[in-house]
Formats: sequence, C-alpha cells, structure tokens
Amino acid sequence: MNSETILPLALFIPLLSAFFIALNDGRPDWREGATLLGSLLLLGVVFSLLPAVATGARPTVDLLEFAPGLPLRLSVEPLGMTFACVAALLWPLNSLYSIGYMRGNQEQHQTRFYICFAIAIASTIGIAFAGNLLTLFIFYEALTLSTYPLVTHKGTEEAKQAGRLYLGILVGTSIGFLLLAIVWTWVVAGTLEFAPGGILAGKIDGPLVNVLLALYMFGIGKAALMPFHRWLPAAMVAPTPVSALLHAVAVVKAGVFSVLKVIVYVFGIDFLKDTGASSWLMWVAALTVLLASFVALTKDNLKARLAYSTVSQLGYVVLGAALATSMGVIGGSMQIVMHAFGKITLFFCAGAIYTAAHKTEVSQLDGLGRAMPFTFGAFLIGALSIIGLPPLGGSWSKWYLLVGAADAEQWALMAVLLLSSLLNVAYLLPVPARGFFAAAPAGGATQIPIREAPLACVVPLCLTALGCLWLFFQADSLYALLAPITVR
Amino acid sequence: MTEHLPVLQVVVPLIAAPLCALLRPGRAVWLLAMVTCALCLLIAALLLDRVLAQGVISYAMGGWPAPWGIEYRVDAANAYMLLIVAAIGAVVMAFARTVVEQRIRLPASKQPWFYATYLLCLTGLLGMIVTGDAFNVFVFLEISSLSSYVLISIGRDRRALTAAYQYLIMGTIGATFILIGIGFLYVMTGTLNMADLAARLPAVADTRTVRAAFAFLTIGISLKLALFPLHLWLPNAYAYAPSAVTAFLAATATKVAIYVLLRFFFTIFGAQFSFGTMRLDAILLPLALAGIFSASVVAIFQTNVKRMLAYSSVAQIGYMILGISLVSVTGLTAAISHLFNHALMKGTLFMALGCVSFRIGAVSLDRMAGVGRIMPWTMGAFVIGGLSLIGVPMTAGFVSKWYLILGALERGWWPVALLVLFTSLLAVVYIWRVVETAYFQPAPEGRATTGEAPLALLVPTWTLALANLYFGLDTSLNAGVARRAAEALLGVGP
Repeated sequence: MNSETILPLALFIPLLSAFFIALNDGRPDWREGATLLGSLLLLGVVFSLLPAVATGARPTVDLLEFAPGLPLRLSVEPLGMTFACVAALLWPLNSLYSIGYMRGNQEQHQTRFYICFAIAIASTIGIAFAGNLLTLFIFYEALTLSTYPLVTHKGTEEAKQAGRLYLGILVGTSIGFLLLAIVWTWVVAGTLEFAPGGILAGKIDGPLVNVLLALYMFGIGKAALMPFHRWLPAAMVAPTPVSALLHAVAVVKAGVFSVLKVIVYVFGIDFLKDTGASSWLMWVAALTVLLASFVALTKDNLKARLAYSTVSQLGYVVLGAALATSMGVIGGSMQIVMHAFGKITLFFCAGAIYTAAHKTEVSQLDGLGRAMPFTFGAFLIGALSIIGLPPLGGSWSKWYLLVGAADAEQWALMAVLLLSSLLNVAYLLPVPARGFFAAAPAGGATQIPIREAPLACVVPLCLTALGCLWLFFQADSLYALLAPITVR
Repeated sequence: MTEHLPVLQVVVPLIAAPLCALLRPGRAVWLLAMVTCALCLLIAALLLDRVLAQGVISYAMGGWPAPWGIEYRVDAANAYMLLIVAAIGAVVMAFARTVVEQRIRLPASKQPWFYATYLLCLTGLLGMIVTGDAFNVFVFLEISSLSSYVLISIGRDRRALTAAYQYLIMGTIGATFILIGIGFLYVMTGTLNMADLAARLPAVADTRTVRAAFAFLTIGISLKLALFPLHLWLPNAYAYAPSAVTAFLAATATKVAIYVLLRFFFTIFGAQFSFGTMRLDAILLPLALAGIFSASVVAIFQTNVKRMLAYSSVAQIGYMILGISLVSVTGLTAAISHLFNHALMKGTLFMALGCVSFRIGAVSLDRMAGVGRIMPWTMGAFVIGGLSLIGVPMTAGFVSKWYLILGALERGWWPVALLVLFTSLLAVVYIWRVVETAYFQPAPEGRATTGEAPLALLVPTWTLALANLYFGLDTSLNAGVARRAAEALLGVGP
C-alpha cells in the first residue's frame, strides 16, 4: 500500500474504533479491547507513514470539495507527522491508563467516555494531517466538541460551569477570531493551502499583518495564550486520563501545533521577520510563560498546579514560533513532543496518587513517595524533563529555543527562558521532594508498605517516563525530520 | 409525461387534498398524503436534475403560450426551492401521523382534514415557486396562507387560536399589499408574466406608479417572510402550532416568501433597479442586522424552547436578508444556501422538540430538565440541529456562515462580518442553555418517567439531523446549486 491509501485510514481507524466501542456498550472487556486495538492499529498506520515523509514525500489526499478550489485535504508534512506520532504513541498508553483509572475509581458512563476519547483522537489526527486551513479548522472544532462531554464527565454543577468556560472560550475565540482570520486569508490570498514559505507574503502589508496575526493567535484558544487561558485550569474537573489527554496529547498540543502551522506555512517566517509583525507576540508569550509559572507556584491542588505549568510550557512553543527563526520554530516543534511525554507522565502520576491514596493537594503528599516509589520516581523524571535537564528529552527543546532566541538576538527573552526554568524547579520538584523526604503525617507507621495504584495505571506512567529518557537520544532524528519545514 | 413535470408538481397535491378529505379516518388517509408528498419530492428531484442538465424549462398552462397564458418557468433557483419544500414536506408528513393521532385538538373524525389542509398548504407553496406569472404567485400565496392559518389554529394550546388570528391579520395585510403591487405593475405594463414584466418595466421604470408598486411589494413580502420589525406574528404562531406544523412552516413558509422576494427584485425589477435606483439594500441591511441581533438576544431570555427557536428563526431570516443585501454572487449564494440549510436545521430542531413534547407534554425549559438522559436519541438530534444552527464546521449551517462572511469581507464590510460572528456566539448561548438543562439538571418532581420517543417520530427527525451533517461536507447541492441559482438571478451566469 502506498502512503496515499494509508493516509485516510489514520482518520478512520479511531472513528471505527468509536463505533465498535458503542456496539459493545454492555461488555466492558470487549469495549476496552476495541479501544486498545484501535489505538495499536493507529500507531502502526501513523508510523508506516514516517519513512516516506522523512525522505521528503508529502502524501496528499483530497476527501471532498467544500467550495470551488477549496477541498477538504489531508496532507502530511514533517510538523504534522511529528504531532501525529506523539498522539499515536500516547493514545495506547493513555487507553491502558484509562482502563486502570476508570475501573479503579468506578466512574459512570464509561462507554460515552471511550467513544468521545476515540473521536477526539480522530480529530487530533485530522488536525495533524490537515492539508489546508479549512480542514484544520473543521477538525479543530470537532476536537472542542468531542472533548466537551469528557470535561463535563462528572455531570456535577462544577463540571457544568467548567464546561461552560471550556466551550465559551474555545468556541468563542475560534468562531470570533479564527474563522474570521481564515476567511480573510481566503479573500486576500485566494488559497488556504499550507505552503512552505507561507501564502501571505505580498498579499497584505502594514499594520494589517499585525491584526491578522493577532486574530490567528488569539483565535487559536487551545494554545492558551494569556488572557484566553482560563479554560485550561477549569477543565481540571475532568477525570485524570482526560486531563492527560487535554494537556499532553490532543487539545493544547493541537493549539500550539496550529500556531506553528500558521506561522510557518501561512505567514512564513521570512515574511514575519521582514515585517516584524510577530515582535509583540514574543512578549505576550514571554509574559504567559512567566505569569503562569508564578500562578503555578501558588496552587496547592496538584492538578491545578500542573495545569498552570502547561499554560506556561505552551508559551514556550508560541515563543519559539514568534521568534521567526528556524531554530526557534524547530525548538517549538520539539517542545510539543518533549512536553507531551513529560506532562502526560505528571498527570498519570497525579491520577495514580488519587486512585491509590485519594490525595489531591500537594501539601498532603508528605511521605507518600515511600508507599508509591514507582509513581513518584516517574514524577521526578517527568518533572526533570519539563525543567529541561539532561539526559531527558526536555533539555533539547529548551536548547533549541535558547539558540533560536540567540539567533534573533533577543537577549531579554533568553533571560525569560532561563528564569522560567528556575520557576519550573520551584513548583515541580516539591512534589517528589515531599513524597520521598518529608515525614509522613503523625500517627503513620514508620515502615510504610508499598501501596501503588492498579498495574494498568503504573505501567503506562513508567513507560512515558522512560519515553522522556528515550527522547533524549532521539533528538537527532527528530531534528532531521523537522529541519525541512522552514526551508522554502 | 416528463414535459408535464412542472404542472404535475402542483396538480398532484392539489387533487390529493380533496381526496384526503373524502376518505374515512384511519391509516389510509395518511398513506395517501404520504405517497403524495413522496411523489412531489420525486417530481422536484427530476425537475432539478433536468434544469441542471438542460437549462430553463418553460411550460405553457393549457397550451396557451406566454405571455397570454400562464407560464410555469423553472430555472436553477426555483428548482432548488422546489426540492427544499418538497423534501421537508415529505419528511414532516412522515413525522405528522403520530402527532396528529395523539397530540392535536382534533377529534378522530376530523383528522383527514388535517392532511387535506397540509397538502393544500404544500400545493400553495410549490405553486408560488414554480409559477412564472406574478398574479399566479398571489393566488398560490393565498392558498398556502389560508391553509397555514388553519394548521396553526389546531394546536393543543388554546393560545394557538389567537396566534393564528394574529397571523391571519398580518398575513392578509401582507397579501393585500402584494396584490396592490402586482396590480400597479399590471396597470403600467399590461402583462402579468414575469419574463414579460421584466422586459417591459425598464421603459416605465421612472414613474411613481412603478415605485409605489415596488414599495407595496417590498412591505407585503417582508410581512410574509417576517423581516424584523414585521415579524411579530411569527413567535406566537410557531410556539403554539402543533409541532409537525411548526416544523413544516418554519422550514418552508418563510423560505418561499424569501424566494418570492428574490424573484420580484432580481428577475422582475432587476438588480439594477432594485438596488441601484431604489437603494433597497440600504433598507434591508440595517433591518437584517437589527433583526439578527435583537432576535438572538430575545431568544436567550425565552423559557419556552419552541418560542426561543421561533425568535432564532427571525434572526436566521435576518442572515438570509443580509446575504441578499450584499448584492453579490457570494452574498446571494449565502442567502440561497441558507434557505436550504436553515430548513434542515430548524426542521430537525422543531421535530426533536415535537418528540420531547410527545413524551413529556411540554417544551418549557424547566420541564425539559434531565431529558437528555431519558431521551438520548431525541436530544442527540437536537444537539446536531443546534450545532448546525450555531454554524459549527461539518454541519450545514457552517456552509452558509462561510459564504456570508466571505461575502461581507469581499465587500470590505468588516463590522458586518464581526456582527455575524458575534451573533453566532449568541446562538451558542441559547442552544447551550437547553443542552445544559437537558443533560445536567435532575428531572423535575412529578414528571412521569417516560422513555424515548417512538420510532415513527425518531426516524424522520434523524433523517433531517443526518442531512445536516451530510450537507455540511458535501456542498455540491446547498452551495454548488445555490451558486448557480444566484448567478441565474443576477444574470451573470452561463
């Protein structure tokens, strides 16, 4: 089979899997079997596309025509390939973890949960392989809607409020700004293709470039650029596997991925550099990085702290894109991968702690690390990767971002990046430190027996932690894959 | 046989209507009406197919050639409209049987009259579309209007009677204005045939009589299509009519009035006269925007969901008028495309509400609490219809929204584009109020725990719901043909 025939499969496998999940409503084992089988099939399909794309092929398939000259198009380029690989790698692990978590906590409506999850993955793949802005937009909205039932899964008043904020911000920004920006682009450029070097150069100039860029950047609410980040902490009310999906795999990554796509393939970094239109964006991103880190410091709830950490880490990607240098863009793209593995580990750990010990606050974790050594060990690895220490994957993305900032001669931004790393240390490391070193609350036994979460929870989080380590050694091949994206 | 298709489109339901009234109450009546509606749909599909392949079809009634005889003239625009009306007519007829048997204020012996009236209404609507004769438009308008007053008045709620009466008064004023307008045109040109009128009008265009005719027609048609602020009859009529009737009328009646507007202003008067000389766009644009905005806001504060959707209809009509007032191919494509898409979404939504009211007897927001859990399929269809109304991608509503914004930006009308986007967010608010109530709130005390609606209601509802999704992706009909219709109306097409 050639790449063109495989490509649509990547979209249809998760959908088919959703269908089979629905058929097996009353049979949990079959249902979850369908999830796992679907996720493994998707993994195979996505990775079978990788060799061709790495050698320069750009498989493209038109699904149907929306308007004359405006098809729904799937097309694979290195950036999308990278994103799809991340999603395809993490879905099986997340599914395994979901099984452990959902059964361990006896959650309701599990069938609905798995169906929406599979649809969300299909939408993510659609975003990753979108061949033009319209296709991207369509799957972007599909992702918002398919994750809404996941965010409001608990059905409580709090979940309802969170869902309102989630939908309000994401749909509001995407319809209010993003759709407008896309139609505007279509009017001035006459195309919505993602083309190397961009499609806007020479079609629009002056301050309007800034306006259009702002419409895109704030329109992509999933990138959680301040001040449109509030939905992300609110969405923490969802079950933990969903938070992991939102933060690591699908939603926020779809956001920053779209930001990169728009900057690289719609504006083109040369065009942005020539017009200087993205300089304000650098500062908005830098501010997001710092402010969100400070907020994270103040949060005692573990998931809320991780949520603000995500807002901050997403700022890195936008920052890399806004630098409008090759290295910045590559650093931003790598950050998508590295942060995905690091953050999913942290969320898995938070969920495992909740499942095994029913603890949600950082201050309650004293001494728990000795009862849950694997979980806290994995948390430490994930945290170190996010901070950006070798030998973990996160060090590379930080490195390329710093190089990118140096290329752009933005010394202040380099300082922001370094300062932020210190802040990461300050809000992430207390968790394993308390777990391993702090004395357990009074009355506890001196010799704590090992009480880990179910195996289905612990295995995935160990695997993703190992993934952080593995990525450190894959930086070369990732760089080689991503290098062509900024070349015209 | 096939050359008689244009007239069969009208004659088939017209003959079936009295037959329905003659039959004894029972399943046979519904079957006859259903077969008639299906035939109408088949004829409409064949007509559209022929028009797209061969171009305009002209049919001389009784063998009398135009301009002496009545001409039926089918081009891309009205073939497309015929398909919408016939399709909705058929789907709602499938839905109507259960509603008529159990949910309206008619004794069993009178039920055949419902089907007769429904078919008459369908006849009138199809006739207004297919005819090429201005006076004939008026005749069919009255047929459809009178039957729709009757249909509305048989709602269970006694307020349906006053609503129907209100509509009767307003509708009659509108029809009278239209008749006066047509009369003036006849006085000036001596002809009633549309093509003939179009040829003769330019010579006398610069007279007060023609301008007065233009004004009478504008107001008369605007009343029928419920253009803000002439929409006051609509919310009550839609809210208290039986659900099948609301679904049918909301999806067709105002659409046909918009078609008549297009026909008069673009074909008969010509875009140059209507928009160049008379500056109609300067009137339509502010009214459309005011209608979109105010009706959307009012919809947010409704507690009766049917009434809420009625106000939403007023807003959606505003979108169509907005598309027309752009006076460009893209703008008209948006308007004509939205005629189709809005028929799909409102049909779905009103039928889903029909399912709800069938089971729990009410559609007020507080009574609908927790309905999503006991009627998952019904509310699933409602959510799809709602998403389409909002204009989410992969639904039909997105197609019209896309062209509308595109049209506004092509003209450089930024504030208009922004307002369109902002008001779709208002649609999110009022639709999501219902979704949250239906899914998150516990069922109210004392409501019988009933199950899902019967299949006879669900199948038609879901047919339209799936059509919303299908036409959101395959836009060859609701955007492709709409574009050809727009080009035909503007006279720029092939």
